[in-house]
Amino acid sequence: MIHLESITKTYCMGEHKVHALRGLDIHIAAGEMVAVMGPSGSGKSTLMNILGCLDRPSSGKYLLDGEDVAALSADGLASIRNRKLGFVFQSFNLLQLDSALDNVALPLLYAGVSDPHKKAKEALRRVGLEDRAHHKPSELSGGQRQRVAIARALVTNPPVILADEPTGNLDSKTGEEILKIFTKLHREGTTVLMVTHEHEVAEHCRRLLMIRDGVLEKDERFEPRAADDGQIDIQVESAGTVCAPDKEKAEVMS
Amino acid sequence: MNLFAQLFRVAFNSVAHHKLRSSLTMLGIIIGVSAVITMVSIGEGARRQVSERIQGMGTNLLVIRPGFSRRRHVRSASVNTLTAADALAIEREISDAALVAPEAGKSAQVKYLSQNTNTTVLGVTPPYLEVNNFELSEGSFFTDADVKSRSKTAVLGATAYKELFDSGTAVGETIRIKGVNFKVLGVLTAKGQQGFRDPDDMILVPLSTAQKRLFGVDYLRAINVSVVSESKMESTQAEIEALLMRRHRLSPGQEPDFNIRNQKELLTTMNEVSDTFTNLLAAVAVVSMLVGGIGIMNIMLVSVTERTREIGIRKAVGARGRDVLFQFLVEAMLLSVIGGLVGIGAGFAASRAVAAGTTWQTAVSPASVVFAFAIAALTGVFFGLFPAMKASRLDPVEALRQE
Ligand SMILES: Nc1ncnc2c1ncn2[C@@H]1O[C@H](COP(=O)(O)OP(=O)(O)OP(=O)(O)O)[C@@H](O)[C@H]1O
Ligand SMILES: [Mg+2]
Repeated sequence: MIHLESITKTYCMGEHKVHALRGLDIHIAAGEMVAVMGPSGSGKSTLMNILGCLDRPSSGKYLLDGEDVAALSADGLASIRNRKLGFVFQSFNLLQLDSALDNVALPLLYAGVSDPHKKAKEALRRVGLEDRAHHKPSELSGGQRQRVAIARALVTNPPVILADEPTGNLDSKTGEEILKIFTKLHREGTTVLMVTHEHEVAEHCRRLLMIRDGVLEKDERFEPRAADDGQIDIQVESAGTVCAPDKEKAEVMS
Repeated sequence: MNLFAQLFRVAFNSVAHHKLRSSLTMLGIIIGVSAVITMVSIGEGARRQVSERIQGMGTNLLVIRPGFSRRRHVRSASVNTLTAADALAIEREISDAALVAPEAGKSAQVKYLSQNTNTTVLGVTPPYLEVNNFELSEGSFFTDADVKSRSKTAVLGATAYKELFDSGTAVGETIRIKGVNFKVLGVLTAKGQQGFRDPDDMILVPLSTAQKRLFGVDYLRAINVSVVSESKMESTQAEIEALLMRRHRLSPGQEPDFNIRNQKELLTTMNEVSDTFTNLLAAVAVVSMLVGGIGIMNIMLVSVTERTREIGIRKAVGARGRDVLFQFLVEAMLLSVIGGLVGIGAGFAASRAVAAGTTWQTAVSPASVVFAFAIAALTGVFFGLFPAMKASRLDPVEALRQE
């Protein structure tokens, strides 16, 4: 589904150059649920923005669903964002003047879908907010706002959902609810990539990418506990252990 | 709900949400549109007033006045080329001349008891009344017999009457013109001010009396001719011209020593003059509209900066450059269209206020409403385009980074 090859991103600050990403090779198969971790400033958001087609890499190759994203125009990227990607931000990024329903309907509008409100209502139901459809973001709690944002990300049924610290602004209990939604989406077959700072959050995922100083430091996979009724737990006790990437598995997956 | 309806709603929300900002932005357009409408309504009102007055005088009127005479290649202004004989000749020889009214006159001092006024004393014949659409408000007019006998009788114009008698009885009283006693026979109904000219500021006396007793001249100030029908205007004018040329011993190639004014042509000329005047007013108003447009651009640019994040969000979920472009264009157009509508209302109100508060007449011309509104809408598009393009080119990551 996602295929990154020697991706770099360099920001030019006048004379000074910031190498945010220094050659990333990542392959993510359809239906995976992946956590991205790393210290602050390591390049996680930069990576997510490139994956989300919000930004372009300085060099390297990015194939999304077999399509070479680098070759696309700005409008081409907009169309990819609209059809294939759902992006969830740490700060929600909802339109303050619009109701929850209109916020969720927004991507459908640009997709030219007929009857966007019907689909938007359905998406709100999936995140359990159908009774808040006509509230403005300012009339919702943080967790509810993030659920509206998730509804907006999934309303077009994109194959990939990207989330940059989706629980970063929420308390742990609310964050837990948000994660349940992502887990549900994953179980329904959507590819989910999530940046997080918390191990408890990463534990919901089956694969962990550790980024440090713009390079992939670690690529771990976990087996879900068999009899856990969907509850996923981390298998490796110490998350700090450095493991070599499991090459064989990665190839199978991609 | 399609994309356009949504764009419209987004723009409307944004306009409604920033009421103060929106109304300040619209102010320029409102002033511009209402200025165009008011100015043009004043110009149009003036045109109608003039044209009504001219039509009131009759569009089948030819006025012959003395003109230039050329003697030994020296061009000099001449006032003594028309005579009573010319008027008689026209009456006799031109079949399409229904009525011929010669006039002679000068301004003179007129006295009634202790009242004193300076007015135009016109020597005329009875047809003058009908040819110039005057009516008697009281008394009677002098007759051909009075003209023949050089009787010392007078008919007062409304202004002269007011000056001398205020509102007292005039008929039967005696006034003194240049020291000669005249008996007042009648008073005319007022026509009202015509531009700078007051047609009621005069006293009519028999033509012969004015020429022989008062001023000692035998030439005329003008000969008014009413033509049998409007369609005969041109041919009659040509016939009179030929007749007078012959009588004045001028060969066809020479410049005539008189000129003939055609009321119909006058009407056309006056219309052209007031059109120019109206266009000038409109041009001034359009400039104020442009200033309003620049105001819109200013606000839209601020709005783009303020709403960078919103643009980022829209782009992140799949809005293309042109979607954002249209959104901002629609918003700019909405501002100018609402401003335009309010401006039309204000323009109607202002032109009514002008008509009520001054002696001017106003008439809102539908063309000016359409024109002002179209300019307003175009202003919106034109000045909204630059900010809208700026917004549509924003990079999504950059836009989302803005706080
Ligand atoms: N627009 C930019 N211009 C210049 N440098 C940038 C820009 N965006 C990011 N950087 C730099 O790139 C590096 C990676 O930033 P990034 O936002 O990807 O980090 P992060 O891993 O998401 O951090 P955090 O966990 O704090 O969100 C940082 O050193 C940052 O300063
Ligand atoms: Mg970040």
